[in-house]
Amino acid sequence: MAREERELICINCPLGCPLVVTLEDGVVQSVTGNTCKRGDAYGRKEVTSPTRIVTSSVPVDGSARDRMVSVKTATDIPKDKIFDVMSALEGVRLSAPVAIGDVVVANVAGTGVDVVATRRA
Amino acid sequence: MLSYEVVIIGGGPAGLAAAIAARESGCERVLVIERDDRLGGILNQCIHNGFGLHTFKEELTGPEYAARYEDRAQELGVEFCLGSMVIDVSSDLVVHAVSPERGVYGVQAGAVVLAMGCRERPRGALGIPGYRPAGIYTAGTAQRLVNMEGQMPGREVVILGSGDIGLIMARRMTLEGAHVACVAELMPYSGGLKRNIVQCLDDYGIPLLLSHTVTRIEGRKRVEAVWIAKVDEQRRPIPGTEVRYACDTLMLSVGLLPENELSREAGVELSPVTRGPVVDESLQTSVPGIFACGNVLHVHDLVDYVSQEADAAGRCAAHYALGQRSADVQADEAAEAQRALCLEAGNGVRYTVPSTIAPARMDERLTVRFRVDNVYRDRFVSVFVGDERIMHRKKRVLAPGEMEEVVLRRADLLERVDAGHIVIRLEEE
Repeated sequence: MAREERELICINCPLGCPLVVTLEDGVVQSVTGNTCKRGDAYGRKEVTSPTRIVTSSVPVDGSARDRMVSVKTATDIPKDKIFDVMSALEGVRLSAPVAIGDVVVANVAGTGVDVVATRRA
Repeated sequence: MLSYEVVIIGGGPAGLAAAIAARESGCERVLVIERDDRLGGILNQCIHNGFGLHTFKEELTGPEYAARYEDRAQELGVEFCLGSMVIDVSSDLVVHAVSPERGVYGVQAGAVVLAMGCRERPRGALGIPGYRPAGIYTAGTAQRLVNMEGQMPGREVVILGSGDIGLIMARRMTLEGAHVACVAELMPYSGGLKRNIVQCLDDYGIPLLLSHTVTRIEGRKRVEAVWIAKVDEQRRPIPGTEVRYACDTLMLSVGLLPENELSREAGVELSPVTRGPVVDESLQTSVPGIFACGNVLHVHDLVDYVSQEADAAGRCAAHYALGQRSADVQADEAAEAQRALCLEAGNGVRYTVPSTIAPARMDERLTVRFRVDNVYRDRFVSVFVGDERIMHRKKRVLAPGEMEEVVLRRADLLERVDAGHIVIRLEEE
């Protein structure tokens, strides 16, 4: 049996707990070093199918104050889709008014996740 | 002259949280003076996620976090003067500001909360030889250009300094199609949060060169290259280790400085270590009625902690303005008010906030925040009151880039007030 230990830094929150994930034949056996249950979940996911939230900003027309509206993927998406999300945002322009949570791109890059606005404009 | 119970200087995360707390503590008239034309301060350009996990138990971006506080402050009827620059705060709590609409105006405050934040250490503070070509930006300026103005500062980037904004910008520039050659850090450890090294550098294969610095900038009109050398233990460049990086942009993330010109003019005593005001347990400065919180007090790495600190400052300012502080604890205060414990940074600790604690006046629990002076593994954080150790807690890792805290209990300090001082230090066992 192939036993493997992987050391990670949890990125769920700024505490950055040092995690040790133990795998046997590629199957997660345990996560230690975490101080909350989010850390446990992160450790398991990071060694099997890592994900990230992507944030960016896109231009907005018709706002007296803002040139750009900040946006994010509503939930985390697979790490290897980050640049596909960025490509999908190229050329996107919004028109004011924009509310926080407005969908900017639905089902971005086929991830099943929407890109939403994080600023009012 | 206008008159308010609490006047808050700065409408960023600290100012907003202080304003909310002042209203919730019973002050009717609370004013926030902000020089920008919008509230939220630096959060407006921090479009990345990771804010609010402590406060809201969810992961927000900077603008979303700011919007929650802005909405709450509006709901509570906090008043705002935007586009208004404070030019003077006097020790009798008169605030003078200037704005295009009002010209120069004065406000009499019952209490003042300083929440002006900090600014970035600029190139001029570093002494890197070379011309002054275009293409050298502080990381925060670049962040504003990309995220709020929609402008790319450059295509081939080198970053000096591994502060959080530099790490965040390494990722941001990469996502926008630029190439980030490396992040060079003078110290043998990063000044940023571990999570940012993982998700901003490691994720994108951007090298972090510890114990390295920029020794030369090439280019007259525009940056053409920078030279990076290894440094020795005294942080001096080691001859023969220089490597040339062709690039059009150098970003600096080399430290933040609390912005205390107004505080100094008001006669507020400043700490040479934090460069922020010296405060007591109520976050009151050396000038009675002037309180401080957020990055103007000491540079934070988490906005959640700024909000908590500002909440305390806003509450204490409100109590001061309403005169409750003396009413509530008048009897105690007469005897105890002068009996304060000095808080000292011991072995391994750079500074503590606050600097003094009068147990009779503190809440049931008080959060003391501090930073360590180096990277440590498996140390104990110990709190001594006089010679007696009242707290001893093991930490696996401590780093200068991550603010630490201990929570002290009123009861523990009240009975030991004669000891005179409290020391927070690191111990090996």
